[in-house]
Amino acid sequence: MIPLGHYLVVSAVLFAIGTAGVFLRRNLITILLSIEIMLNAVNLSFVAFGRAQGTVDGQIITFFVMTVAAAEAAVGLAIVIALFRHRESLNPDAFTSLKW
Amino acid sequence: MPDAVLFYVFAAVAIGASLLVIGQRNPMYSIMLLIASFGALSALYIQLDAPFVAMAQIIVYAGAIMVLFLFVVMLLNAPQEDAAQWDRTHPLRRPGMGRFGAMLAALLIVQLVWALVRVNDAGTAVGARGDVADLSSVRSVGRVLFTDYMFAFEATSILILVAMVGAVVLAAREERR
Repeated sequence: MIPLGHYLVVSAVLFAIGTAGVFLRRNLITILLSIEIMLNAVNLSFVAFGRAQGTVDGQIITFFVMTVAAAEAAVGLAIVIALFRHRESLNPDAFTSLKW
Repeated sequence: MPDAVLFYVFAAVAIGASLLVIGQRNPMYSIMLLIASFGALSALYIQLDAPFVAMAQIIVYAGAIMVLFLFVVMLLNAPQEDAAQWDRTHPLRRPGMGRFGAMLAALLIVQLVWALVRVNDAGTAVGARGDVADLSSVRSVGRVLFTDYMFAFEATSILILVAMVGAVVLAAREERR
């Protein structure tokens, strides 16, 4: 059997990759994808901890995280579409003013 | 130990695909690679005796959310990321800022390692406790979901409704006045 620590290491590495993606990419869609990677990393550690404790609570929290991720993707992509319509760009550096 | 081999293969696929996701300039390739990463993660969920989460991962994440992303990428038709413009006057380009960012990154790594080291039973096998048949059945997941987590479940339905209305309002084309 695989020790709990190995799952947590995978989860930490995925979370770090997602964080790096948010800071390194200059494309709003890739930034949203990096946030999805981070959410999935947290999901993995939830399920691993839940399995280690012998309860289903980890799976249920993962279910809620997925729902929130779906809502976040819908609203986030709607914002991306609205921004693209104004500036014809997906570069976050193009959106520096609050009102134009 | 086929279990261990499968774990390392799928963990490597998940990490490698995620690394490639943030290495792409074209968001279309990023989305495809992220679907591969989600597939590997769902295999890890199966190994953790969570088939419900694994299937939800495939159907909701890889199926619904990623298709939404693909749809937006195709709709906007802006495949390539802009090349970096080194604007020297930008406040983030000041000399101290790079070092500050490196310090923050090191802080994140230290924090993650510290958290991993402090986990109490990190060395024990993950499947040591609990009844596999009970944990992996949708029946027990549903029972806990609709009793202990009833309020959270109902709150989630409100959240989805708000997100739906919000997405429609945000993406609606402004009318000419």
